[in-house]
Amino acid sequence: MSDPVLIGENMTGGYGNGPDILHDCTIAVEKGEIAVIVGPNGAGKSTAMKAVFGMLNLRQGAVRLKGNDITRLTPQARVREGMGFVPQTGNIFPSMTVEENLEMGAFIRDDDTRETMAQIYELFPILRDKRRQAAGELSGGQRQQVAVGRALMTQPTVLMLDEPTAGVSPIVMDELFDRIIEIARTGISILMVEQNARQALGIADKGYVMVQGENRYTDTGAALLADPEVRKSFLGG
Amino acid sequence: MSLTARDLGLFAIMGAVLAMVAMFQSPQLAITILNMSLISAIMALGVNMQWGYAGLFNVGIMGFTAVGGLAVVLIAQPPVPEAWAAGGLGILLGLMLGVATILAAVIVYKRMPPSKLRGFTLFAVVTVGFLITSYVFGPAKQAVQAVNPAATGYLGGANLPVILSWPVGAVFAAGVAWLVGKVSLGLRSDYLAIATLGISEIVIAVLKHERWLARGVNNVTGIDRPVPRPVELQPLPWVQSLADSLGWSLSQTASVISGLGYSVLFLIVLGILIWLAERALNSPWGRMMRAIRDNEVSARAMGKDVTRRHLNIFVLGSAVCGLAGAMMVSMDGQLTPGSYEPLRFTFLIWVMVIVGGSGNNWGSVLGAFVIWFLWVQVEPAGRWVMEMITSNMDVGSALRRHLLDSAAYMRLTTMGIALLLMLRFAPRGLIPER
Amino acid sequence: MEPLNALVSVTNFMLIPAFAYGSQLALGALGITLIFSILRFAHFAHGDTMALGTAAVIGGTFFLQAQGVSIGGLPTALLAIPFGILVMVLYLLAADRLVYKYFRKVKAKPLTFVMASLGVMFVTNGITRLFMGVSETRFEDGQRFIFTIREFREWSGLAEGMALRTAQATTIVTALIVMVVLFWFLNRTRAGKSMRAYSDNEDLALLSGINPERVVVITWTITAILLVLAGTLYGLDKGFRPFNYFQLLLPMFAAAILGGLGSPLGAIVGAYVVAFAEMGITFAWRRVLTYLMPEGMEPSTMMQLLPVDYKFAVTFAILVLVLLFRPTGIFKGKVI
Repeated sequence: MSDPVLIGENMTGGYGNGPDILHDCTIAVEKGEIAVIVGPNGAGKSTAMKAVFGMLNLRQGAVRLKGNDITRLTPQARVREGMGFVPQTGNIFPSMTVEENLEMGAFIRDDDTRETMAQIYELFPILRDKRRQAAGELSGGQRQQVAVGRALMTQPTVLMLDEPTAGVSPIVMDELFDRIIEIARTGISILMVEQNARQALGIADKGYVMVQGENRYTDTGAALLADPEVRKSFLGG
Repeated sequence: MSLTARDLGLFAIMGAVLAMVAMFQSPQLAITILNMSLISAIMALGVNMQWGYAGLFNVGIMGFTAVGGLAVVLIAQPPVPEAWAAGGLGILLGLMLGVATILAAVIVYKRMPPSKLRGFTLFAVVTVGFLITSYVFGPAKQAVQAVNPAATGYLGGANLPVILSWPVGAVFAAGVAWLVGKVSLGLRSDYLAIATLGISEIVIAVLKHERWLARGVNNVTGIDRPVPRPVELQPLPWVQSLADSLGWSLSQTASVISGLGYSVLFLIVLGILIWLAERALNSPWGRMMRAIRDNEVSARAMGKDVTRRHLNIFVLGSAVCGLAGAMMVSMDGQLTPGSYEPLRFTFLIWVMVIVGGSGNNWGSVLGAFVIWFLWVQVEPAGRWVMEMITSNMDVGSALRRHLLDSAAYMRLTTMGIALLLMLRFAPRGLIPER
Repeated sequence: MEPLNALVSVTNFMLIPAFAYGSQLALGALGITLIFSILRFAHFAHGDTMALGTAAVIGGTFFLQAQGVSIGGLPTALLAIPFGILVMVLYLLAADRLVYKYFRKVKAKPLTFVMASLGVMFVTNGITRLFMGVSETRFEDGQRFIFTIREFREWSGLAEGMALRTAQATTIVTALIVMVVLFWFLNRTRAGKSMRAYSDNEDLALLSGINPERVVVITWTITAILLVLAGTLYGLDKGFRPFNYFQLLLPMFAAAILGGLGSPLGAIVGAYVVAFAEMGITFAWRRVLTYLMPEGMEPSTMMQLLPVDYKFAVTFAILVLVLLFRPTGIFKGKVI
């Protein structure tokens, strides 16, 4: 069986020298698919994603991108290898314009980035209208678009989103999910942590339900939504 | 009082070094160093309260010291009746008008709702108040300064015992500190540093230019001393017999005794302060201060009024600096505003606190001794080094003269390097906090 | 009433000097604000490094003068500026290597940086005095005036005269050019944008592949350029004394805070506000008002709000007002 595009396998670890938060946790995403991590508060969802991105010390397990072991790489190096990351907070440069935010996203690229930028404007037309405006002055949903756009500027293989819909209205959330599906259709794999489990699983090819730093259920999004056990415990019936 | 054997050893070494100065250089020099070290130690204690207990960065030590020094003049000097007759009332009235203007402005600001009208009223109150004040104050000031400018030209003081000026100096400094702290505490930590830098510049400017107050750059000299002067001691029989038995000259003996008199006074003050400071540090209050310093956010979350506590300790620490300033002026017997420079009074004290060990009162005392000793001795050492370097040069060469003249500045660099090395390699200082 | 004479008088004695002084302050305050937004501490060594940079320029100037080099009517010091900049870039980078870098690595508290900058200030002050002593050094040469009071009077036929000194004109022109270039750099170049990004959001800048050490090096380099220019222009205008440079620290900080720490535009606006307030409040308005008031109502006093000795009090008052009423400054700088 060939490796998925990105896999964090049997990850065990925590922040610094602190206690382990993840216990033998595995997260993977295939090319062009959407994988979603859901679970109750404090289940280690974001931690699992940060582990995949190299922001905490793994005591066991490995992270592989396109078959290459990247367990020892720093987050910055992983960006160069083709991972895009959108943190939950502080994910834009507030005093810089939308366009400058995108340019900063492409900072590590030496080639012409205009085409990528055009694609992003196509994906998020509102950003084109506001490209001379400071990102900090935009609405919450628009800021998330800037943040996603910034991460896409490196033309990543995998895009990782940490609770992209936190604090935005349901309409904006639907809109954002539509865009995420569109991004996945271009062949970019998406790994996403979500609080709004039901909606997120609705668009997910793969879903991970995490509890206390461990995988509890792993299946396709639709199967998890249909599973009465999962519904009862995690989706409120 | 928690001093380890190592700490005592460090103090003993320092004492031995001073004793060697007394033996090989001169006893007077040793006493001078000792006295200035004691005064510096008190200043360092004050700064340590602010920095070591609470993490407040005061860059205006010079200003608080100078305010303390002003108190000596205002308390101990005899009043100048002619000057009071010429413009005393006008000056008092002017000062009261000034205060009234500020109060009026504060009341307007507090009572009126925020609006354009308030801004306008505020501006009007301040402008009118300022004009009236300067109308009253200006001529009175001129009149006072015109009274026998060569000898007086100022209002003089209250003719009270000079010792009384020490606590008064502390109160003066506390007042200034309260104003500064009220404005800048509770904001970014470096704003206090900038604000104190400003206030000390202003205090010095006032001392230099308000001649009616303390003669400005003309200096006030011959201030009463709490200890008899050497000339007063020389005729005393016991001094003469002591000189004979020590084999010293009479003048040397007298100045050593006079100096030692100050040492005793200063030691008493320092002792009391250390005792109080140590008690405070180990009281619940001191623990709270340190808790706030180490984690302001959680202290705030626990309901501590951090800004208020900071204001308390800032005022206290500055008062101690003011006290030391008053002691220094009464030791010198003169107030010379021209000699107050930030490098000496602010930054040297900082080096003392950091080198000694911030957060530890004994550390500050030791730091004061070590640094003041170096400050006094590095200059001759620097000159000696420069003479070694230049010994092969032509005696008349400009470069040689320049290098010899520059020896004096080597100690600035030395102190800076000492501070940087301590910060980098031993941030806890000679006697660390415990 | 002679409003034209009043205007000439106020321009000559207040507006031109204040504009020149404000330009010098602006260059200094820009450095402070840059260091604050990138390295995140109040740089107390600013005044003294400015003095050292000027000292290097003066050294270069004396060398050039000894070689008989000059540039027409302009001060020779302008030719020596590149040398001063080179010296200060090396000096500041060395200071960063030896002092600040370690504290960045251990993520020290901001006040530790401030304290360290105090140590650097001490050392720098000693070095400057070692070379220059404490007395005043004048190094302005070339043609002293662009036009003198007499020339202006003859040209305009007015009773009141006006002069423009070369040092003042050079200051204003240079400062304006530098500001334009700096804004171009920050807003248009990749390096400049990476600086702004780093100042905006350090973590995200790291994620975007911006190398923080490179940003720091660029920041010190720009600071060195600004420092040397500000110091040299100030020295040309008012003569060089190390202590005066130390005293510039307060107005520079006041300007940066007033404009909003971290905001370059704010630093410039703040600097001019501070300069005009200092000059305006300590200016003797009698002469100007005499021209403006109707006959018989001329003021009898100097009409000076505060003696010149208290210009620091003006700066301080501005600082206090900002801290009391708008601690983020005019152009919302970094949150407090």
